[in-house]
Amino acid sequence: MRNANPWKAAVAAGVLLLAVACGSGGGGTGGGGAAEQKSVGKGEGRVDLIAWAGYAEDGSNDPRADWVHPFEKQTGCKVNTKIAGTSDEMVSLMKTGQYDTVSASGDATLRLIAAGDVAPVNTRLVPNYRDVFSGLKMRPFNSKDGKMYGIPHGRGANLLMYRTDKVSPAPASWKAVFDGAPKYSGKVTAYDSPIYIADAALYLMKTRPSLGIKDPYALDRTQLDAAVALLKKQRQQIGEYWSDYQKEVTAFKGGDSVIGTTWQVIANTATAQKAPVKAVLPKEGATGWSDTWMVSAKAAHPNCAYKWLNWIVSPKVNAQVAEYFGEAPANARACRETADPHHCAVYHADDEAYYRRVHFWTTPVPQCLDGRKNVTCTDYAQWTRAWTEIKG
Amino acid sequence: MSVTKGEPGARTRLAALLAPPLLWLILAYLGSLAVLLLSAFWTTDPFTSDVEHSFTADNFREILTDPVYRTVALRTLGIAVVVTLLDALLALPMAFFMAWVATGRLRRALLVAVLTPLWAGYLVKAYAWRVMLGEHGIVNAALAPLGLHGPGYGTTAVVIVLAYLWLPYMILPLHAALERLPAHHLEASADLGAGTLRTLRSVVAPAVRPALLAGSVFTFSLSLGDYLTVQIVGGRTQLLGNVIASQVTLDLPLAAALSAVPVVLVVCYLAAVRRAGALDSL
Repeated sequence: MRNANPWKAAVAAGVLLLAVACGSGGGGTGGGGAAEQKSVGKGEGRVDLIAWAGYAEDGSNDPRADWVHPFEKQTGCKVNTKIAGTSDEMVSLMKTGQYDTVSASGDATLRLIAAGDVAPVNTRLVPNYRDVFSGLKMRPFNSKDGKMYGIPHGRGANLLMYRTDKVSPAPASWKAVFDGAPKYSGKVTAYDSPIYIADAALYLMKTRPSLGIKDPYALDRTQLDAAVALLKKQRQQIGEYWSDYQKEVTAFKGGDSVIGTTWQVIANTATAQKAPVKAVLPKEGATGWSDTWMVSAKAAHPNCAYKWLNWIVSPKVNAQVAEYFGEAPANARACRETADPHHCAVYHADDEAYYRRVHFWTTPVPQCLDGRKNVTCTDYAQWTRAWTEIKG
Repeated sequence: MSVTKGEPGARTRLAALLAPPLLWLILAYLGSLAVLLLSAFWTTDPFTSDVEHSFTADNFREILTDPVYRTVALRTLGIAVVVTLLDALLALPMAFFMAWVATGRLRRALLVAVLTPLWAGYLVKAYAWRVMLGEHGIVNAALAPLGLHGPGYGTTAVVIVLAYLWLPYMILPLHAALERLPAHHLEASADLGAGTLRTLRSVVAPAVRPALLAGSVFTFSLSLGDYLTVQIVGGRTQLLGNVIASQVTLDLPLAAALSAVPVVLVVCYLAAVRRAGALDSL
């Protein structure tokens, strides 16, 4: 075996390198111009979804939250759910073509449409679409050329969560995680995605008017640099970043994080596990999301996907999801189905004025979204690079 | 491996036997690496993240010029080196004890104790450490009476957990090498008038060195490529693996170019180890 050395070395190197090379899934190129479906036939027996945590509950997290099993029973479509932690993850998962439908936020929808990964949705095949709030129909983030590219699911804001026993006085401003962060050094948390830069931009928009930020997703170079500087300063106080919602629940429960951004569903889960936490909408307003269920251009189970779309925005289920996740439902009739009769009022379901304070996630592009013509804005690729730089 | 040359068909059979694994090696291992390296020269559409097949060296230029990648690469390298040294320090006395001092049942029990953690899932072990190192974890509870506070999540935690995870890979080759060292070599050394230190230096060290280097190949390269442990106990730290993982979803070519960094580091390390002669006994 002596002279087998080069081979052995090659094998050893190969094994080691493979460990590094893992996860480089090939991305298919966009087919473009997929046609919308004409009819919904018999179900294919299965549907593969990409969803935010809490959107496709089958009772395994909370026995009372189960709208997957009733769907399976009614339609015969077995549901396979892949939970994604960030919009970027959703975009890259959709590129694999292995999923039928996705609950995409506004910072993913346009990218998916442009890449040809999703098909326009024939809303006539989704009877419950009729009852969706008109404020959510044909919006720039879910339609193109007068065609809907999905069915609105609901909307909400990214909140500020804190441990009531460790943080006092109760925070009312994002200042608590930026300029005031040193008070909780090592216990501050933030969302681990380039889109979090918008949270810093929103704070700067309110606290440093001289920067002239009008829209946290339309930042020119100077404005982005200011946000990056703020986030680099914040990093010194960060305990850990989160994108996995379970990780944030355990971090708050164990006291490793005491203050930071969150979703209502995380606050609810942590509260259910007896963690003394509270989530608030700070006075500066917040970033947020407006989600849309989109159908893959290469869906292997399109009929089941359409059945799911109609199911998830049906009044009763939409009410269940909205209450479980802590967001405003998309279906107007869902407001009559919520366990808490005031749910829609609390979450401002039909309050367009309220949602002007919430800056929905959208993808930054070079053409400034705030309408400025004299400068070029930074695009998402630059935000991504900046995010790597911030994390050092 | 004694194939009688004269026998007809023996060569054919040997070829048939070796062809599938070699094919697998070339296609799956080296092939995927080649594809990865090739895709590092492509670029992506900044909006849709679709890969565009136009040839450019921009990704490599960016990695070499942007200071953040240098910082992350150096941090990763540093952690891999510290983990390797820590494992060597822990494994040497352990392997020594197992090979020469412990006998019979105790030796077997120790060997089992070293091997069993390998059966438990990687994630289970990492999450166990997350719980132990947490604010209300056992580490802080144990240190509290001494007025100390645990490291919490961060670089130190990453080093501890990685050193724990890869320790068996260091102990096993060392144990094998020490066990193979005949006792009469030591006796001969003593008979010839050498003291303990001289024996360690001239008899034990040369026998152990290749095993130590072989073990370090594991601990070093595994630490270099790890990114899950960092995600679980690393706090705000990011290593090369994390940067690659976060770029894979958005900018595959840049991720591919970045993954060339640990590849180069490991190849350099293997070359150094090979020069030191540790691969001769493979």
